[in-house]
Amino acid sequence: MSETSTMFGSPRPEFEHKVTAPVGLGDVAKPLSFAEKLGANPAFRRGVILVVLALTWELYARWLASPLTFPTFLETLQALLDGIASGIIPQRLAVTLETLVAGYAIGLTIAALFTTAAVTTRIGTDLLSTFTAMFNPLPAIALLPLALLWFGLGRPSLIFVIVHSVLWAVALNMHSGFLSVSETLRMAGRTFGLRGMSFVFKILVPAAFPAILAGLKIGWAFAWRTLIAAELVFGVSSGQGGLGWFIFENRNTLDTASVFAGLLTVMAVGLVVEGLIFRFLEAHTIRRWGMQSA
Amino acid sequence: MNHAQSADKAAAARLDAALMRVDGVTLQYKTPNHLVTATYRVSLDIQKTDRLVLLGPSGCGKSTLLKAIAGFLTPVEGTITLKGKPVIGPGPDRMMVFQEFDQLLPWKTVNANVMFPMLVNGVPREEARARASDAITMVNLAKFADAYPHMLSGGMKQRVAIARAMAMKPDVLLMDEPYAALDALTRRKMQDELLQLWQDVRFTLVFVTHSIEEAVVVGSRIVVLSPHPGQVRAELNSGFAQNDRGGPAFQQLTTRISHMLFDDEATSQATEPAR
Repeated sequence: MSETSTMFGSPRPEFEHKVTAPVGLGDVAKPLSFAEKLGANPAFRRGVILVVLALTWELYARWLASPLTFPTFLETLQALLDGIASGIIPQRLAVTLETLVAGYAIGLTIAALFTTAAVTTRIGTDLLSTFTAMFNPLPAIALLPLALLWFGLGRPSLIFVIVHSVLWAVALNMHSGFLSVSETLRMAGRTFGLRGMSFVFKILVPAAFPAILAGLKIGWAFAWRTLIAAELVFGVSSGQGGLGWFIFENRNTLDTASVFAGLLTVMAVGLVVEGLIFRFLEAHTIRRWGMQSA
Repeated sequence: MNHAQSADKAAAARLDAALMRVDGVTLQYKTPNHLVTATYRVSLDIQKTDRLVLLGPSGCGKSTLLKAIAGFLTPVEGTITLKGKPVIGPGPDRMMVFQEFDQLLPWKTVNANVMFPMLVNGVPREEARARASDAITMVNLAKFADAYPHMLSGGMKQRVAIARAMAMKPDVLLMDEPYAALDALTRRKMQDELLQLWQDVRFTLVFVTHSIEEAVVVGSRIVVLSPHPGQVRAELNSGFAQNDRGGPAFQQLTTRISHMLFDDEATSQATEPAR
């Protein structure tokens, strides 16, 4: 043994391997069984939860046997189907959605104008941050008495409170989205020769889209809740009431199953908008662009 | 400065050949507490088909100087001209490739990203499509033309950014440490590709780096800047074939530049307490 090998140990042998296919593992990829696939499907798992809930409801209500305070699931379903068949629920829903869309659209437009002013001028920034700080914590319903005074009983008052509930939440989200657009992306946009409005719409808006979409979702949720609550308070005044009024009316006639049917409709609309419309928007924009993981 | 004055005639002759001229440019920017002078009276000429490298340690203002050339900063003293016209703002005649990978528009495919600046600047759609397809093929990404940026590796994103800038056919292509965030193996490959691209197209390049080796590999002319504030320490000719890399002449130039940078630093540190 030489001196170096006693100092550092004997040199370790070198080798190169040939990579071979693994033997005895069976198939490298094999299809999952039907039960495994079913268990991996979130829609199926959530469906199971819903079925269990409905079953519990039915059993509890039967045991309680008091249709005035707590109708069974089947009675509620019947009331819902009757309401749809007689055209009352669709008609009330249409009234509500019409008001909602009008308020939502006006709210978004004002929010867009506000935010554009805020990203282009300093006074705009100050205005926006002061206004959102002041009005965002103010519940829209609290403005209802004032709205009644200004716009009278009817749709304009409802639209006013919806605009209030949408505007500040959306503007706040849009603005913070614009602020978080990276400096590199801004500089890249400017080297392309983009200025002013075209810079805002071609660079800032798409780059801030995750935040804008989050704002739209929050705005939608606020608007929907505010509207139903406002209709509950004075929905009849407009001549033809909405869903909130439908719930209120049926409570007065002690038709509790229809009250539940109205509540179910409110939930169903919320789910459809969240789960279908916004999900579709997300899948075709920010998730496709890799701005949000699936 | 003295040298420049004594070579007035030579400078005047070069003036005609210069595509871009940086003349006595002093740049300052504000931090919350300080007014920082980034460069002090920097002058240099960029000629057509130059591969001009701005090289220096951090704090020599090389990136700030590049931003001024791009038009993001206005010099407090001196002028920057492109084809005799002063630079007043960023524009598509000076396309820039940044160090950060997020310079691509994440909502557009590779192809749409490359086409975007052309469409914004009024190139007809058909022509833009053809130029984009050529540029993407040149950077070997034809297979990924319909991919979104988040599906690409860092090196591929930088290639797209280069393709996007080249397709615009700018007068000058500006690159701000474009390979600094890449791993060493990818970086080397990208340098070779850039040189190959230059062989094919002969564009004019201004390239910022803090790596002496990268400067010597990429540049045909190297401007060595000294730090605090940035001043031109030397302008050197480079230009090595790819297989010369690591050869004696290459080593000699590298050593010469590192002496300039490190010996100066030692001197300035030694004299600093006296000031």
